[in-house]
Amino acid sequence: MAKQYETVIGLEVHVELATKTKIFCGCSTAFGGAPNTHTCPVCTGMPGSLPVLNRQVVNAAMAVGLATNCTITQYCKFDRKNYFYPDNPQNYQISQLYLPICRNGHVDIETSEGKKSVGIHEIHMEEDAGKLIHDEWEDCSLVDYNRSGVPLIEIVSEPDMRSAEEVIAYLEKLRMIVQYLGASDCKLNEGSMRADVNLSVREVGAETFGTRTEMKNLNSFRAITHAIAGERERQIELLESGQQVTQETRRWDDAKEYSYAMRSKEDAQDYRYFPDPDLPPIYISDEWIAQIRDSQPEFREEKMARYKTEFDIPEYDIGIITDSKHLADLFEETVAICGQPKKVSNWLMGETLRLLKEKGMDPEEICFSPENLAKLIGLVDSKAVNSTVAKEVFEVMFAEDMDPEKYVEEKGLKTVNDEGALRKAVEEVIRANPQSVADYRGGKEKAIGFLVGQTMKAMRGKADPGTVNKVLKELL
Amino acid sequence: MDILAYSAVELSAAIKQGTVTAVDAMAAVLSRIDERESDINAYVTMDREQALKAAAAVQEKIEKGELNGVLAGVPVAVKDNLCTEGMRTTCSSKILENFVPTFSAEAVVNLEKAGAVVIGKTNMDEFAMGSTTETSAYGVTRNPWNTDHVPGGSSGGSAAAVAAGECYFALGSDTGGSIRQPASFCGVVGLKPTYGTVSRYGLVAYGSSLDQIGPLTKNVADCAAVLEVIASHDVKDATSINRKEENKDTDFTAALVDDVKGMKIGIPRDYFGEGLDGEVKDAVLAAAKQLAAKGAVVEEFDLSLVAYAIPAYYTIAAAEASSNLERFDGIKYGYRAASFEGLHDMYKKTRSEGFGAEVKRRIMLGSFVLSSGYYDAYYLKALKVKAMIKNAFDDAFAKYDLILGPVAPTTAPKLGESLSDPLKMYLGDIYTISVNLAGLPAISLPCGKDSKGLPIGLQLIADSFQEKKLIQAAYTYEKQ
Repeated sequence: MAKQYETVIGLEVHVELATKTKIFCGCSTAFGGAPNTHTCPVCTGMPGSLPVLNRQVVNAAMAVGLATNCTITQYCKFDRKNYFYPDNPQNYQISQLYLPICRNGHVDIETSEGKKSVGIHEIHMEEDAGKLIHDEWEDCSLVDYNRSGVPLIEIVSEPDMRSAEEVIAYLEKLRMIVQYLGASDCKLNEGSMRADVNLSVREVGAETFGTRTEMKNLNSFRAITHAIAGERERQIELLESGQQVTQETRRWDDAKEYSYAMRSKEDAQDYRYFPDPDLPPIYISDEWIAQIRDSQPEFREEKMARYKTEFDIPEYDIGIITDSKHLADLFEETVAICGQPKKVSNWLMGETLRLLKEKGMDPEEICFSPENLAKLIGLVDSKAVNSTVAKEVFEVMFAEDMDPEKYVEEKGLKTVNDEGALRKAVEEVIRANPQSVADYRGGKEKAIGFLVGQTMKAMRGKADPGTVNKVLKELL
Repeated sequence: MDILAYSAVELSAAIKQGTVTAVDAMAAVLSRIDERESDINAYVTMDREQALKAAAAVQEKIEKGELNGVLAGVPVAVKDNLCTEGMRTTCSSKILENFVPTFSAEAVVNLEKAGAVVIGKTNMDEFAMGSTTETSAYGVTRNPWNTDHVPGGSSGGSAAAVAAGECYFALGSDTGGSIRQPASFCGVVGLKPTYGTVSRYGLVAYGSSLDQIGPLTKNVADCAAVLEVIASHDVKDATSINRKEENKDTDFTAALVDDVKGMKIGIPRDYFGEGLDGEVKDAVLAAAKQLAAKGAVVEEFDLSLVAYAIPAYYTIAAAEASSNLERFDGIKYGYRAASFEGLHDMYKKTRSEGFGAEVKRRIMLGSFVLSSGYYDAYYLKALKVKAMIKNAFDDAFAKYDLILGPVAPTTAPKLGESLSDPLKMYLGDIYTISVNLAGLPAISLPCGKDSKGLPIGLQLIADSFQEKKLIQAAYTYEKQ
């Protein structure tokens, strides 16, 4: 019988923090911008420049650490990781090796196999590098330092995961925690969340770990899943054929669905880490920790539990709404204004999700305000607009977040409640459609639907269908 | 009175009185430079036109009453490892031969705000690595007292410029004695402040945890005045200390008091052992006697650990330097090798051609002590020694206000004598290095000359933030 293998996986997850300014200077972290415009002497490594720590980075790192049950290192330091590469202007990266800010945490995940706790070895703060662009035409390389000094945290897990499903659950959990904290938008495809997979295989029941490889360049959950399957298979094949797994870094090629060796342990660089003398140690007081702990938001699990007791909406809806911090905030804030959770949920679950899907957007990109959504709900409630008009108004609001009350007013979309005008329209419709009138009078109840439709058309949609129905019946 | 005979503070007073102008002073300095530079070579870069223009602008402000500080109108020389906006800053290295900073060092900004006028950039040992100003890529600087001798280093250009009257005062930097030792060799006053007193922003780093900027001046009063101007809390330097907030006096000129009565001064026996030149020893002990005669309580004690300071220093400073100097790679600024094959070769050729021998030696030493497997044995151990040295000083300052000793074992050696034996050159730093390891302030001031007519320096060391004690004792000694 063939040997049974177990996959052992640990992750190194880099998260780009959403601070306004860089980790060691006042430059903007905003995306885009012409090359080298979000730069200064510090983040371009000019001689004589010095780094000064952005406290917001420490706050964000601590918040993630506390949310993942880590111990905060109250005396923590930055170290220099020395290596030469042009994207790194000082030729050393300021990172943390000896005293990372968070240690010994864990997060709980749930998969088809049940619940499980994944250990977090450490979380450390560091700076991002710039970007190299090769100009094929001129045959030269150019450097853009706009990303140089953008703050990152690296979340290093224990080798506690055994399947791609667990890895995805762990990443989803991290993403949710970080997004709820507002610490990052965590987009794998845009690089604001990057995961390196450390993987080894061993025979089921073996006590020691096998030799691991590290896989980089995984830009989607799909890529991660495929890379794990591919690497597991590759390692098992090596072992089965009597060969050994080499400890090395491999680069995943998503198009070819195969990983390539980048560098082996033998040619691993000696980074010559040492404490950065330009940055004094950070002393984190109990008060500082308490302050971060007190300002932690309600996380998803807590929110879901509360929604179940507080709002009368389906569990499925709760799951979808709380899957995005922004959507949940929008939901709660709108409910706070209009007091109608069911209706708010319907707008979010229905039209909002439909438009997001149609436009290929993330819930985080929703731009309309809770005030305006509440106003729209109010317009429907007061029968100022009918549901068809409301959907049209919503679509505009979704695109440009305008005040629906003003919009309806300006565009003349208000339901006409003037009975006289309505009667006139109905009389006209009856006159113009003798066949339908005859059908209805002859007992075909359904014929009234056509007449209602014709009246709505004549009113250019601005009538309340119920009232139209009522008036029609009267006049027939 | 000869305009060049003024001290910095006297000159500024004369300018404010209208006896002379800032332009007169600058012109006088420039003509002295014309006379002496071919012998001394104190400067790497100068812009005469700009210096005169800046002097005229300052003069106008003084006349309008917009500038009235103690240094208003005074020409200053700046060590070439301090960034000066728009003026080439080379660190006396080929690798920065064409580097023009986009900003000025905070200390320079503070001086310019106070009305001092930059003459130019002074020569130094390449990247401040050396004790003789002979490792410069722009030629050696010679000692104005005897041009066969070195001026000391690494701030040799600054010290020589002050001694030769090629400026009224100068800025230097001190990582292991680089202000005090050349001050001693050139017969001028030099002060290394408590670590964190002067912002390091704009100082091209050598050993970041040890580097401090300080003044080189004609006398103690100038030294106090300059220190008062350059000491500042700078949010751009995370190691800068807010001395005002922490109530650590920065009104240094208030300490210009001719009185040491009751002041306790300790003389470490360890500083007077083997290797100390007899004439230097006699001059330093004579100075101690004079302070005692003025009422100071002087006694000998054992400081201990002195022998460990040099290996600890060269381990820490080289380690930090190896990392600090990585940015000089030919990519962003400075020298780049003319021909190369690919990235690695460009790095290799640029750095091989751009750095001098002493810099390469320290980069190799620093890379070695940080490399995996050696870090604990060398770098970490050196940090432990550093902490022990600080403790030894703490013990001493529990008993004494000041520690008194020589600055260097000898007076200025002849050109070419030191470089042949780097280890011997390193040993010359024995009395100055511990001060940097402990982050303390210390002053070097002239205390006589040897039989060859070369100046001898007296060193006073104080506890952290006690620069005023240094200034008071130095001022009292100078008044003799």
